[in-house]
Amino acid sequence: MAIELNVNGEKRTLDVDPSTPLLWVLRETLELTGTKFGCGAAQCGACTVHLDGHAVRSCVVPVSAVAGKKVTTIEVSGNREVSALQKAWTAIDVPQCGYCQPGQIMSAAVLLAETTTPSDSDIDACMSGNVCRCATYVRIRSAIHDAAASLKGGK
Amino acid sequence: MRSTILTLCVLASTLLFAQCESAAPAPAKASGSGNLTEAWSTVYKVLQSPRCMNCHPAGDTPLVGEASQPHPQNVQRGPLGVGLFAMRCNTCHQTQNTEGPHLPPGAPRWQLPTRGMPLVFQGKSSRELCEQLSDPRRNGGKSPEELLEHVAKDPLVLWGWAPGEGRASVPVPHAEFVRAFQTWIESGCKYPGESRTLTKPGSGAP
Amino acid sequence: MGAPSIGRRRFLQVSAALGGGLLIGFVWPESARAGASTALLPEGDFAPNAFVRIATDGRVTVIINKSEMGQGPTTSLCMLLADELDADWPKVGFEFAPVDPVYAHPGFGIQMTGGSTSTFAMSIPMRQAGAAARALLVQAAANAWHVEASACRTEKSFVIHDASGRRSAYGDLADAAARLTLPADVPLKDPKDFRLIGKPLKRLDTPDKVNGTAVFAIDVHLPGMLTALVAHVPVFGGKAKRIDSAAALAIPGVKQVVDVGSGVAVIASSFWAAKKGRDALKLEWDLGPNAGMSSAGLRAQYKKLAEGPGMVAREDGDPKGAMNSAAQVLDVEYELPYLAHAPMEPLNCVVDLRADSMEIWAGTQFQTVDHAAASATAGLDPQKVKLHTTFLGGGFGRRANPASDYIVEAVKIAMAAKAPVKLVWTRDDDMRGGYYRPMWHSRIRAGLDASGAIASWMHTIVGQSFIVGTPFEPFIIKDGIDGTSVEGSADTDYAFPNLQVDLHTTTVGVPTLWWRSVGHSHTAFVIESFLDEVAHASKTDPLELRRKLLAGKPRNLGVLELAAEKAGWGTPLQHGHARGIAVHHSFESYVAAVAEISFEGGRLRVHKYTVAVDCGRVVNPDTVQAQLQGAVGFGLTATLYSAITLEAGRVVQSNFHDYKMLRVQEMPQVEVHIMPSEEPSTGIGEPGVPVMAPALCNAIFALTGKRLRNLPLREEDLRS
Repeated sequence: MAIELNVNGEKRTLDVDPSTPLLWVLRETLELTGTKFGCGAAQCGACTVHLDGHAVRSCVVPVSAVAGKKVTTIEVSGNREVSALQKAWTAIDVPQCGYCQPGQIMSAAVLLAETTTPSDSDIDACMSGNVCRCATYVRIRSAIHDAAASLKGGK
Repeated sequence: MRSTILTLCVLASTLLFAQCESAAPAPAKASGSGNLTEAWSTVYKVLQSPRCMNCHPAGDTPLVGEASQPHPQNVQRGPLGVGLFAMRCNTCHQTQNTEGPHLPPGAPRWQLPTRGMPLVFQGKSSRELCEQLSDPRRNGGKSPEELLEHVAKDPLVLWGWAPGEGRASVPVPHAEFVRAFQTWIESGCKYPGESRTLTKPGSGAP
Repeated sequence: MGAPSIGRRRFLQVSAALGGGLLIGFVWPESARAGASTALLPEGDFAPNAFVRIATDGRVTVIINKSEMGQGPTTSLCMLLADELDADWPKVGFEFAPVDPVYAHPGFGIQMTGGSTSTFAMSIPMRQAGAAARALLVQAAANAWHVEASACRTEKSFVIHDASGRRSAYGDLADAAARLTLPADVPLKDPKDFRLIGKPLKRLDTPDKVNGTAVFAIDVHLPGMLTALVAHVPVFGGKAKRIDSAAALAIPGVKQVVDVGSGVAVIASSFWAAKKGRDALKLEWDLGPNAGMSSAGLRAQYKKLAEGPGMVAREDGDPKGAMNSAAQVLDVEYELPYLAHAPMEPLNCVVDLRADSMEIWAGTQFQTVDHAAASATAGLDPQKVKLHTTFLGGGFGRRANPASDYIVEAVKIAMAAKAPVKLVWTRDDDMRGGYYRPMWHSRIRAGLDASGAIASWMHTIVGQSFIVGTPFEPFIIKDGIDGTSVEGSADTDYAFPNLQVDLHTTTVGVPTLWWRSVGHSHTAFVIESFLDEVAHASKTDPLELRRKLLAGKPRNLGVLELAAEKAGWGTPLQHGHARGIAVHHSFESYVAAVAEISFEGGRLRVHKYTVAVDCGRVVNPDTVQAQLQGAVGFGLTATLYSAITLEAGRVVQSNFHDYKMLRVQEMPQVEVHIMPSEEPSTGIGEPGVPVMAPALCNAIFALTGKRLRNLPLREEDLRS
């Protein structure tokens, strides 16, 4: 079935089973493998993308629900919050194995889009859906604060 | 009367048959008849069952499961009842159940009541819930008719009867619940044993 | 300590000597025994050895023979080589090595990553490789300038002849250097001349990991590739009895259903089609001999076994006699559950099998073993099989399986599919797929004399061996004792005057495997918690007791004192707070931790871990800090939440809702202190983990008086 998607600003018309989770359409049909499969059950957040600016776990979003909406993945360029977070993530070497990090960044991007000075409890509230088995949480928290400061400072 | 009963029986059996798939909305105008005590007791039982109560919690976190435990992953109500940041309800919950074991349930407008109008069921005694439900200042500004329409037709309410794998349905058939609700409305939203109406029907929005 | 000068042929011997007890060479029965293949060295570039290539544009590519699962070898090994090479760091990049004996672990003899030995084993070889390349570049410049090599120096990818002011870039010298013969002896730098080693340089793999381009095996895409999911029997040791695949085959995209022995594979054009296909399979299982297994039954069995002594792993003095004449005896039991590795990237493997060759992509920690198993399964000459190591989305030991379970499964599927295939295990498959850290039961006793000093210490351990039946057996099981079952206890650094460690090795139908820190993951919890019990029973400060028992052990004492000092041990705490301390030596490194906790709103709150480490000369201190931050979270998760349990033969847990993970809001602050050291670089991937559980439980005891001997902690243990 033909479904029209807007992914990272690009319109794509795809012939896919409408029940396919968005995650697999991104990874397989579009070969955008930055979004990861970690649990398939909305338990780990590795599959997080934005749908019209809101975070969703793409492993449970059927692609039929995405028609006509804007999908943003880690591969996006020119996204203010994502870029700031990637810079902050790099500056203090947040990733270890790195598998969960695209999902972490996409979730954090929503936080920074909604608040200029996130508190630690804001970070708790936003990021608790993103598991990191390597437990890079100390640096994730730090990098979010750094990214927020850099956006405030207009860098 | 007999044809009405017949209609109701046919409807009820249709609804029972359809229970596994989806609960078809009961007609809002179905006549409730019968005993107020039994009716309110049925309503209270439904509202206290996990499928309803879990999203009408006392605190700032939804509840999950038959044991009504706090929702994992630090989920919070947020001011608008839709969660916060990248942990909004619809971050994970779709407009229909995600099929399979331990996967998120879903329905249209999956969310909690707002902080300002929390519509708490958890921990309310029978009398307290009766009073709350009939008070437009505490029930989301609904008239009794609007309340009835809500429980009869709102997809989020109906979800309670088609909750997905691993979750028990509300333990009272939907049609029976609607009938009981109707009876309660027609009694003037009375608490059983009370001689006066607690709130005038159609008192209007707060 | 001067600059060691090491002939090329001798590096294996020297690194093994530095390794001390690591001098073991595994002989893997099925691996290709051919020497280093010259086909390995890419054309066009200057490649003086198997570990580095320099292109004519000056790019330096370091070949990494270790698996990158987050512990940072890509950057550390590059730093080691690049420092000796005097390469310009921004020009340095890396590639993962192909499978070849030249990339074998110098101590273990097979290509693998584990035991926290990457830095330890590869420090000298990487430095030697860099020094050798530098020597040839210098010689090439010296030849061109008609000067002595000794009159030249190097700096940031330039050879410089100060006397004449001439300089030449490495890239420009590459061609000429490629034609020279390596000298027999190449001196290594004196550590005081290190420019890169020891500095917290930024990781080379971070940029790709934050922009989504880093390739994990699950990301590999080949033209015409199919995807397979496998239905595994729900009880270990069972098998499929009847397969009704009609409904599965009717699903659009499903190509094939095939019993591959380890399970029933559904091969399809996409993950989702394969998943729908697998869900549509109607399967009957012969559950096999383990259908009655339960955690309750195993716990009872283990408890019974612990009543009597097992095979003796260590005996000093007269432990039984001293116990009998002790003034006071403490006699308690500790229990730890099966643990899943649960890497974020569930197991998967891509296989492209052709008529007489095969290419495989896997996030493997066990290149030689997996390569051999894959070749044997496909019936191919190993020389015709290429195994590409990708990034690993977590390993923790799961991706180093002597049985090569998911690799063999993938190859079998490829043989049936006759097309490139990606095997994907879902999280549920991964969680229930076995090869867990074993369940352990300890009975531990201390006999105290009248003054409260330890007169006798006896530790009985009950649990499975995952070494028995593998080619590792002759090297790790000695006189019936599996060293990995008793490590941390049988080789304790504590000076117990009379000591016994004994072991009951059980046979249980649950496949087990090493899990980050292996035997230390259970022995440290038991010993550091029990020592705390003894301290309290003898009214001794837990730190003071350890000081006494570690007399003459400067490295253990060093980290213990450092952690205690930085944590403010002995200074007043905020009201309602408590501290617990633990120290442990594993994989040649020494780690101590102090946990600080309180109860907030009736629930346990872990505020902070103060961690001190001695891992010898540090290559990248930022990596060390990161690994210890991670070890806090990894250790806490296991302590608070993790257990794989069995009922009616089946694993109960399936995903992160019932195998809970620590999340950001529960992560404590972590403060890391690194002991400066000139000792050989030792490991950091695993040594942090063992101390985390006992430090926490000792703190809980200090706060509540409740001694917690069973992991994971129960909900009621976490409430005040």
